[in-house]
Amino acid sequence: MEQLLTIGTLLGVLHSMIRLATPYLYAAIGETLGQRSGLLNLGVEGMMLMGAYVGFYVVFTTGSLLGGVLAAALAGALLGLMMALVSVTFRAEQGISGIGMYLFGLGLSSLLFKLTLGTVQSVSGFPEVPLPLLGSIPGIGPSLFTHSVMVYAAFALVPLAAYVLNRTTWGLNIRAVGDNPQAADALGVPVAAVRYATATIGGLLAGVGGASLSISALNIFQENLTGGIGFIAVALVYFGGWRPVGVLLGVLLFSFVSALQLWLQVTGVGLPSDLAVMLPYLLTILALAVSNRRAGQPSALTKPFTRGA
Amino acid sequence: MRRTLALIALSLSLLLTACGGAPAAPAAPTAAATEAATAAADAPTAEPTAAAAEAPTAAAATEPFKVAIVMPSGITDLAWSQSMYDALKAIQTEMGGESAMTISYSENMFNVTDAAAAIRDYASSGNKLVIAHGTQYGTSLFEVAADFPETAFAWGTATDAGESAGLKNIFAYNAKAEEGGYINGVIAAMLSKSGTIGVIGPVEAGDAKTYIDGFTAGAMATNPAASVNKIYTGSFGDTAKAAEAASTEIAAGADVLTGSAQQVVGAIGIAKDKGIPWLGTQSDQSSLAPELVVATQVYDWDSTLKDMFAKINAGTYGGTAYNLTLANGGLKIAFNPGYTGVSPEIKAAAEAAIKGISDGTIKALP
Repeated sequence: MEQLLTIGTLLGVLHSMIRLATPYLYAAIGETLGQRSGLLNLGVEGMMLMGAYVGFYVVFTTGSLLGGVLAAALAGALLGLMMALVSVTFRAEQGISGIGMYLFGLGLSSLLFKLTLGTVQSVSGFPEVPLPLLGSIPGIGPSLFTHSVMVYAAFALVPLAAYVLNRTTWGLNIRAVGDNPQAADALGVPVAAVRYATATIGGLLAGVGGASLSISALNIFQENLTGGIGFIAVALVYFGGWRPVGVLLGVLLFSFVSALQLWLQVTGVGLPSDLAVMLPYLLTILALAVSNRRAGQPSALTKPFTRGA
Repeated sequence: MRRTLALIALSLSLLLTACGGAPAAPAAPTAAATEAATAAADAPTAEPTAAAAEAPTAAAATEPFKVAIVMPSGITDLAWSQSMYDALKAIQTEMGGESAMTISYSENMFNVTDAAAAIRDYASSGNKLVIAHGTQYGTSLFEVAADFPETAFAWGTATDAGESAGLKNIFAYNAKAEEGGYINGVIAAMLSKSGTIGVIGPVEAGDAKTYIDGFTAGAMATNPAASVNKIYTGSFGDTAKAAEAASTEIAAGADVLTGSAQQVVGAIGIAKDKGIPWLGTQSDQSSLAPELVVATQVYDWDSTLKDMFAKINAGTYGGTAYNLTLANGGLKIAFNPGYTGVSPEIKAAAEAAIKGISDGTIKALP
């Protein structure tokens, strides 16, 4: 027990937390943009898997990390575009088509994995690099500020997304389309185009989030690598009240408890492992149940737009 | 509505992470079975091979021995499923290829209901032996087996060969994972300089638990001052979580790692990045980290399967419970020549422990 309360353990938990948060951040920030424009994308998990696979494959064959990220972004963006086609143009039920997109991504990434790699391989991914100045602070430097570029980029997305949503015309359009597409349309905002854009960006970020696992955190690809991260990310968007900063807090809380339960087990506190692994999910359910932030919900979420309807 | 959707998303994610497996793709055993049937039609006059010649019946010489298997993870999982699939493939090659033996398989069948459907399909499509490669398939297997008395079934990790249910067409197989676990524990304790050894387990059940218990016993017997830190991820297939567990073990001071189930590829990836030696179990894992996998306890199903085949060809469809042990060669400790840190003393200690367990002077479980 006393081992749990040491500074070393605490710094270890924080280090794990930051690393664990990364894929959730990419996926959840992308999902936030989509949902603010009224699009629910439950297929994030499938897009992450495709991003993870494609990114890994490019790094495995060419060795280019940048190429891997770009390929993952492209794969995710294409799936996002498909999602937009289905839910904006064809006005499909978003919950259902999202599940379809998930199964598509899961199946295709598994198939491609078998055809091209066959077995689990590893690559050398993004190394951990300390941030200038911050990284040399004793204690928290190595723990909070020594990570891979993929991690820093994920955290940089939060203020960027908040800025875009709240301070730019484009962000205003996204919010207008998500809250009142009829009015936005009447004012000349291209509803379909805005939703296409947010779905594509959401897919792109999900793809990069997947790659943050396969070429940065784990440096391997295996079937179903993401193991449910995409779905948790969707839940965290609700949790975060559709605001990037709120989403960040949700992601950090979830990652903190996930990291903490690992350390609880390592330090041998005597908590049954079955209970320990449940903690992050129990917490998420609790938080979802008690948080009541209906004010943040885009009014037109999941509703396809038909002019004049 | 939105709240409902959020809850749906959450429960889906829970389901996925809890199982750690992909929702099994719809089983396609019928397609596989058709393929097998075509293969049989293509080569009806195949020469009886050496292994097939063991089978005295005329039927065995003219039509292939049809085996079907249902597995909870992929055939390339570098662990549980691969160990069995590789053994089947090796026997197939030995027997003379597809004309002598056909293998139909359904992988990633984490969902037991889907697996049950696949088991039934395989049984009704004329397979001689249907293997349900997972303890979780037991109940379904017993139900199906009762309806197909002329088909042999096998399942594991299990010790119940159907006697309890009055069935005569069930084989059971069990790997005494604690035995190789003990040896790996001995090796780990001798390799570790910090005295801290990290274990990444799936759930506290089955051969994962016995492996880890044996590992702990071996390590503690070798270095009573060692601390063996265990993290269970709560999942068999959550690669990302296994990786984070490995990072946590390393941050907590572990300088040798081991782990069980198909999730460990994530942990091995981290071990490779950090240069931490890894001890494996189930299938030889040295391909993933050729310089860092020290040794693997390999499950070798070869003699178990061959014995089953011989019994089936002789008209006995079940009733035997097999144990893989170090003594009977079902468990092997495969040292990886790519890892150079194994001193003669370590090798000698491992061999002494293998001998001790084989002749019963060492108990792998306390």
